[in-house]
Amino acid sequence: MDLSVRLGPLTLKNPLIAASGCFGYGLEYGEVVDLSSLGGVCVKGLFLSEREGHPPPRIVETPGGMLNAIGLQGIGVHRFIAERLPELRERGATVLVNICGVTLDEYVEVARVLSDAEGVAAIELNISCPNIKEGGIQFGCSLSGTYDVVSAVKKVTHLPVIPKLTPNVTSPSAFARAAEDAGADAISLVNTFLAMAIDVETRRPRLSNIMGGLSGPAIRPIAVRMVYECRCEVKIPIIGMGGIMDARDALEFIIAGADAVQVGTANFVDPFVWGKILDGISDYMTRHGIARIADLVGTTDTSPAHSHA
Amino acid sequence: MPFDIDARVIENRRLSSDYNVLSLEAPDIAGATEPGQFVMVKPDRGIDPLLRRPFSVFEILRDGGRPVGLSILSKRVGVTTGQIFGAQAGQRVQCLGPLGRAFTLPGPATEVWMVAGGVGLAPFWTVAEALAGRGVTLTLFYGGRGDADLLYLDYFERLGVTLAVCTEDGSRGERGRVTIPLERALAARQAGTDVLVHACGPDPMLAAVARLAARYGCRCEVSVERVMGCGLGGCYSCVVPVKAANGGFHHVRSCISGPIFDAATLVWD
Ligand SMILES: Cc1cc2nc3c(=O)[nH]c(=O)nc-3n(C[C@H](O)[C@H](O)[C@H](O)COP(=O)(O)OP(=O)(O)OC[C@H]3O[C@@H](n4cnc5c(N)ncnc54)[C@H](O)[C@@H]3O)c2cc1C
Ligand SMILES: Cc1cc2nc3c(=O)[nH]c(=O)nc-3n(C[C@H](O)[C@H](O)[C@H](O)COP(=O)(O)O)c2cc1C
Repeated sequence: MDLSVRLGPLTLKNPLIAASGCFGYGLEYGEVVDLSSLGGVCVKGLFLSEREGHPPPRIVETPGGMLNAIGLQGIGVHRFIAERLPELRERGATVLVNICGVTLDEYVEVARVLSDAEGVAAIELNISCPNIKEGGIQFGCSLSGTYDVVSAVKKVTHLPVIPKLTPNVTSPSAFARAAEDAGADAISLVNTFLAMAIDVETRRPRLSNIMGGLSGPAIRPIAVRMVYECRCEVKIPIIGMGGIMDARDALEFIIAGADAVQVGTANFVDPFVWGKILDGISDYMTRHGIARIADLVGTTDTSPAHSHA
Repeated sequence: MPFDIDARVIENRRLSSDYNVLSLEAPDIAGATEPGQFVMVKPDRGIDPLLRRPFSVFEILRDGGRPVGLSILSKRVGVTTGQIFGAQAGQRVQCLGPLGRAFTLPGPATEVWMVAGGVGLAPFWTVAEALAGRGVTLTLFYGGRGDADLLYLDYFERLGVTLAVCTEDGSRGERGRVTIPLERALAARQAGTDVLVHACGPDPMLAAVARLAARYGCRCEVSVERVMGCGLGGCYSCVVPVKAANGGFHHVRSCISGPIFDAATLVWD
C-alpha cells in the first residue's frame, strides 16, 4: 500500500500534516506522537521577530467548533531556526513552516532566512489569518496581492511555496488560480472563517479581539466545497483542511480533490488522533482495493446517480 | 509522557447541589501524577462541547498501595461540569494526563501553607498527602462563600494539617476572606521559620496572596486557571503574562509552563 503523496517537488510519506497553529512548534507533541510518522508538521505562524499575540480570552467554543484569536504569538523565525529546528530535524519531522508578514518585504525576508536553514521542507505562506489587521490577510483578500506575494517569495527561495488561502472571500478558486499563475507549488485551504460570539448576559464579545476564526467540524462542509471548487480550477496540488476529526473526514477531502490534508482542532480534542486517522485510511484502501492513495485524489463521482428501479 | 485513558467511572459522590467528586479508573495516570498536575477530561464523545476541560487531580485512589485511579473535585458552572455532575458509575470519561508542572515539595525544614479558595482546594489533597508523609508542618487556609463551599476538612484534620477556615457569610470559621488569617499568620511568623505558600483559587485571591507573600518575604507558588484548549501547548490559548527582563512581559502557556508558577515571576495587574 502506497500512502506517499507528491506536492510538486516535495514528497510526503503520507498525506497527513499537522495544521499550523494547532501543534505548537511540533516538539510540544514529541512525547505523544512520533513526529516522523506524520506526512508533515506545519509549525505555528512565524514573523521575522517575536510577537506576544492578543490578551486572553483567546478561544471560545461554539457548536461543533471553536473561535480563536491568538494573534499569532510566536518566537520569530530566527529563534525558531536556532531553538526548534535542530530537534525537529533530529526527530525526523518533515517541517513545513507557516510564515507571516506585515509587509511584502517581511514575507520575502522570512522566506530568505528559512531558505538558508537546514531541515525546512516547504514554506506555507499564511496570507489568510483573520485575527490580526496587518498579518497578510490584506494580501489574501486581493487577487493581485496574492499574485504579488507568491511571485516575490518564489524569487528568493528554492523551497516549495504553498500559499494558504482564506475562505473569507466569495470565490477561493479565483485565488487558487492567482496563486497558480504566480508559480505556487501547491495551495492549502482553508484557514479559519471570520466569526464572532457574544455573551448575552454581559453583552461583551467572548474574545478579547472581538472577532476570531472558526475552526472544527462546523466548517467542514464549506471547506470540502471550497477544495472541490479549487480542484476544478487549478492543476497544482492542494492541501485540504477544515474540521477533519477522523479518517472518513480526511478521505472526504481527498476525494474532493486534496492531495494531502491538515488536521488542526481535532488534535486539541485527541492528541493521539494521528495514528487513528492513518490506520483508518489504510483500512479504507484495503477495503476498496486502492493501492496508492494518490489514485483517490479528486475522484468525486458526479455522474448522474444510478436509478434503483 | 501523558496517557489518554477511556476511564471507567468508579463512583460519583455528590457533595452538594454544585460539587461532586468523580472517581476514574486510570492507573497509569494516577501512578504518574505529581501534586498540582491536572488532567484534560471529556465525558461525552460528541462535538458539542468539542474540547476537553482541565481539572486538577484531586485524590489518588489506591488499592493496597497501588495506584488504581484518580478523582476530580468539580464545581458545576457549565456544560461539561454539568455532565461531570450527572455522570453514572460505569460510564466512560476520556481522561488525558498527567499534565503541567507540579508544586514544589520541600523537606521538613520548611513549613507549607496551603491557601485555597472554593474549588481551589482540589490540588491540595495530593500536596497534603505527600508532605504529611515527609513530616512537613502543614497549614490550610481555606475560604469559601459559605459553609457548603468548604469540603473535606476532616481529611486534612486527620493528616494533622492545621486549619484556618473562613467564609464570606460567616457561616463557618472566621467571617471574611482567606487572606485575613493568612496575613495574621505571616505577621506572627517567627524569624527563622521558612515558609512556602501554595495557593489555588480565583485570580483576585491569588493576586492578594502573591502580594502578601512578597510583602512578608515568603516564597509563593500559585496554580493559575485560564481557559485551555488542549493542555499540551498546541493552541496558545491559556497564556499568562510573565515578567520580562526589559520591564515588559512575555505571554507564557500556563498548560506547560504552569499551571503552577512562582508568584514572583507573574505580572499581577
Ligand atoms: C489547570 C486547571 C485546573 C482546574 N481544576 C479544576 C478543578 O479541580 N475543579 C473544578 O471544578 N474546576 C477546575 N478548573 C476549572 C474548570 O476547567 C472549568 O470550570 C471548566 O472548564 C468549565 O467547563 P464547563 O463546560 O462546565 O463550562 P462552560 O459551559 O464551558 O462555561 C460556562 C461558564 O463557566 C465559566 N468558565 C468556563 N471555563 C472557565 C474557566 N477555565 N475558568 C473560569 N470560569 C470558567 C464561564 O463563566 C463560562 O461562561 C480548572 C481549570 C484549570 C485551567
Ligand atoms: C488555535 C488556532 C491557531 C491557528 N494558528 C494558525 C497559524 O498560525 N497559521 C495558520 O496558517 N493557520 C492557523 N490556524 C488555522 C488552522 O491551521 C486551520 O487552517 C484551521 O483551524 C482549520 O482546520 P481545523 O478545522 O482542522 O482546525 C489556527 C487555528 C487554530 C484553531
